[in-house]
Amino acid sequence: MRHRTFFWFFLPTALAMLLFIAFPIVSVITQSIFAPHSAVLIEVETCTPLVGCTNETKIDQDATRALRQEQPLGRFVGLEIFKDRGHLAITEVNEIWVQSRSLTDFFIGLGNLPFYRAIAFTLTFTFVVTPFVIFLGLIIALTVNALHDRLKGLVIFFSLLPFVITPLIGALVLFWMIDSRGILGSFIQWLFADPDLSLKASTGLMWMALLVYGVWHAAPFAFVIFYAGLQTLPMDQIEAAQIDGATRFQQVRYVVIPHIMPLVTFVALIQIMDNFRVFEPIVGFNAAAHAQSVSWFIFNDLQGETRQLSSASASSVLTIIGVAILLSPVLVRTWQDFKGKT
Amino acid sequence: MLARAQRRPASLQIAIYIFSALWLIMAAFPFVWTVWGSFKVELDFFSISDWTFALTGERTTAEYGRPFTGTGYNGAWVKEEFWRNVVNTFIVCFFVVCTSLTIGTLGGYALSRSGYRYTFFLLITALIFRAMPPVTLVAGYMLPFFEWNLWGILPTTIIVLVAINQPFTLWMLHSFFQNIPKELDESAKVDGCTQFQAFRHVIIPVMWPGVITTGLFSFLLAYNDFAVTAMLLSEENRTMVPQIAAFLGTTYTEGNVMFAVSAVVSATVPLFILVMFFQRQIVSGLVAGAVKG
Amino acid sequence: MFLKKVALLSAITFIGGSAVSACEISARVSIVGNEFPAIQTVGAGAQECTGAEVSSNLTKDHQSINVPGMQGNPAEYTSAIIANSSIVALMNEDVIRPLDDLVAKHGSDLQSSQLIKIGGEIMAVAFMANAQHLMYRSDILEQIGVEPPKTYEAMLDAAKMIREQGIMENPIGGAYASGWNLAQEFNNMFLGYGGSHFKDGSAEPNVSSEAGINALNMMKQLSDYMNPDFLTHDSNATNAEYRAGNVALLNMWGSRAASQTTAEGVTDAVKNGHAISGPMTVGGGSVPASTLWWDGWTVAKNISDEEAEATFVAMMNAIRPSKMEDENIRTQAVWLIEGYSPTEAAVGVFEAAKMATTPYPMLPYMGLMHSALGAELSDFMQGKESAEQALADIEAAYVASAKEKGFLN
Repeated sequence: MRHRTFFWFFLPTALAMLLFIAFPIVSVITQSIFAPHSAVLIEVETCTPLVGCTNETKIDQDATRALRQEQPLGRFVGLEIFKDRGHLAITEVNEIWVQSRSLTDFFIGLGNLPFYRAIAFTLTFTFVVTPFVIFLGLIIALTVNALHDRLKGLVIFFSLLPFVITPLIGALVLFWMIDSRGILGSFIQWLFADPDLSLKASTGLMWMALLVYGVWHAAPFAFVIFYAGLQTLPMDQIEAAQIDGATRFQQVRYVVIPHIMPLVTFVALIQIMDNFRVFEPIVGFNAAAHAQSVSWFIFNDLQGETRQLSSASASSVLTIIGVAILLSPVLVRTWQDFKGKT
Repeated sequence: MLARAQRRPASLQIAIYIFSALWLIMAAFPFVWTVWGSFKVELDFFSISDWTFALTGERTTAEYGRPFTGTGYNGAWVKEEFWRNVVNTFIVCFFVVCTSLTIGTLGGYALSRSGYRYTFFLLITALIFRAMPPVTLVAGYMLPFFEWNLWGILPTTIIVLVAINQPFTLWMLHSFFQNIPKELDESAKVDGCTQFQAFRHVIIPVMWPGVITTGLFSFLLAYNDFAVTAMLLSEENRTMVPQIAAFLGTTYTEGNVMFAVSAVVSATVPLFILVMFFQRQIVSGLVAGAVKG
Repeated sequence: MFLKKVALLSAITFIGGSAVSACEISARVSIVGNEFPAIQTVGAGAQECTGAEVSSNLTKDHQSINVPGMQGNPAEYTSAIIANSSIVALMNEDVIRPLDDLVAKHGSDLQSSQLIKIGGEIMAVAFMANAQHLMYRSDILEQIGVEPPKTYEAMLDAAKMIREQGIMENPIGGAYASGWNLAQEFNNMFLGYGGSHFKDGSAEPNVSSEAGINALNMMKQLSDYMNPDFLTHDSNATNAEYRAGNVALLNMWGSRAASQTTAEGVTDAVKNGHAISGPMTVGGGSVPASTLWWDGWTVAKNISDEEAEATFVAMMNAIRPSKMEDENIRTQAVWLIEGYSPTEAAVGVFEAAKMATTPYPMLPYMGLMHSALGAELSDFMQGKESAEQALADIEAAYVASAKEKGFLN
């Protein structure tokens, strides 16, 4: 295709992405290296209902306005925000490193810093949920494929539900069920014969609940992709394998899996990306006390009265960098494939 | 296929059925439970006194004389006029799907037919774009949208959702078009068609399986979105998901959780119908190549 | 334009003099605010005005919307309904205007206590008050033979008795959900122990103090008598526990008092036993361990004077004293409007005011402190770290965000 034609074909989608994704990314990067100006504070008398007057501090707007006009972008801080305690916490990590006597000490210390704690959960979530989703998806796909044709439709229908459901709603529904007096909560108490067991009160169990939710929600996505892949299985190869006396397991291992390998890569790619941004389950499960993720930080920074734009921007930039690092092996592979094709 | 099934040992056959049954329960039970619970009062649904109340409807009976009540639905649909949010949701979904497929097919087709190196980098850029958390993007839009008076209305939200969804659409359609033989449009071009004519007359008639599947994914994204719709739509233009969140209440004041539960059930119904009608298309579209990688 | 103004003015003088509530405005009014019933009433009241378009956008996410919505010129919103915690964000960004001249012109119905004065200028008009205070089950307290607690120490004793007598397993309720709610409970307790969040006249944090440690220890002791899931219980969940009869004592928002027993399916025992009283003190202090809140409205800065005037008139119409004659409206909140006679549900908030409860600090950096508290307290509540460590973490988190925002160097 000629460059000119390509340009016109690609223009609408490029424009949409440029305007609504690329520009905001540029502004996010700008915001992460510029912070709001130093506030000039003055003490004034404040009067409120039922109480009377007290002395309170407020921002001196006239003085601050002058500062703002001088440098509309804000105060240039370079990478300061990336390095502060809410993000990479360089100084604090150094201190912990110097003070801790063993590696365990060091990691316990790191666990006290919000960003590293969030990274720990985010990575656990990504690397537990992704393989489980792929594994469970594959098993379901193989099972459904082996079912009687009449049953297939029904099973596919119900299997897709956890995936199509709005994530926030799905998380809420499960959250209501795992309450210590909800049906799942009661069931688990009965299972472990411990009437005081509460999923929501313990960090470990809460992580488990979030992981289970993650798998439950995404397994159908993997399932439907793999199931489609199974429909194009080369029957001659299967037959050849059968003639060679391959067991069922060997057939799956040596014929089916290689056939759908590209699909596994595809699912892994999408899953890693989505799981790294895990956010809705934490809100839906009210789990912020036990598990936080980088996306949750961004949400939290932007919420409510404080609107810490610079901090949220820095977290967003770190998210993009994180995803890029995680995806780099896949990207390198795709690049090699691409070079091979052309 | 049949021959293989016949030779399957009984133990494996039983295992397959048990596993399917287990998975079905896991997948469907939360929905059944929520539908059942949506006809109860809040204290029963959350079974705060005893979990069996959720089954028997103890408090609901005390209040209404029978274990089921439609108060949640009545409240959400009649009192709170939830149907307005339903209408908004469908407007948003319809336009998001149409727009994103139109520009996505053009873009995806171009990417699949151009062998130059920049297509690879465009695809990778799209992938990185997809990694951006939508929450941050939205925070960046707020000020300009207010300045230009674009905030709060449906078209703004639609175009934002289209843009956020483009990377995924492009990837899906790109790999789908790659599986449509290049010879098809090449030969049309030899016959004197321009690239666009070739696309129009040769590719469009054969592209539907992949486009429908991609469209379903776009629909789901628009239907399920919370981050964008919650922040960019004004109260009267709200779609279903932010409205459900609004039912849940705030710190100071009571929400009406049962309105939320019945709205959740109502919001799931269209998804049920969608999956029922399109489940074949999803699979066949994926089979047709959108997932061959 | 001049003629129009004269016409408008005379119209308003005329209306002011009569009891009929016709309200004529000549410029657009656009309101943003939270969405609970009392605010819905205010929004609807403003929309009674005719002559120009009055629109309102009442949503839970108003705090994320109001600043960008008022920063433009002209601003999208001509009025934002806010509370004492959220006015700070508008003040910090300098998007609201002083109301002195408008109050002088159209504010004859206002009581002086409704005027929020900051640095001598009226910045907002308050219309309702709120505070957290005690709600309890009088039947249960009678059963164990104690008076309604006046202090948190007495609350603990009562809770102990209730548990020991096997009446309830977890008799105390509290909105201890990690994040905003938990931080708010700390604020209450911290102020009750006589703490102050910042060093005098500066943005330097001051929570790492004896009051801070006492507050944390008290919260920890209370949580022993709470449902083990307390870190996920926001006010909705806490109330549900109370209504189901699982909780006998709780510190709850006054704005929820009226609807506490009117929800569907509340048992008769809870309905008959429900009672409220003022906030409790702690550690022998005289100031209650609670904070006083108000909700009010502001007028945007970046709009024309006509729009500001129209907004003011419309908002005044929404909170005119004659509204208090409507029984439904009167019971919706603890109104600060003239002509309001407190309902039974308002006793708690008025008691809080009488006991000189501290208002929630209206400081430019209080929001940052609140979110630092919300993020760092849950480790302590789970017993994962000491009170000292938790307070040190809070200060460190606050300092990092205050530096970013330019309040500290």
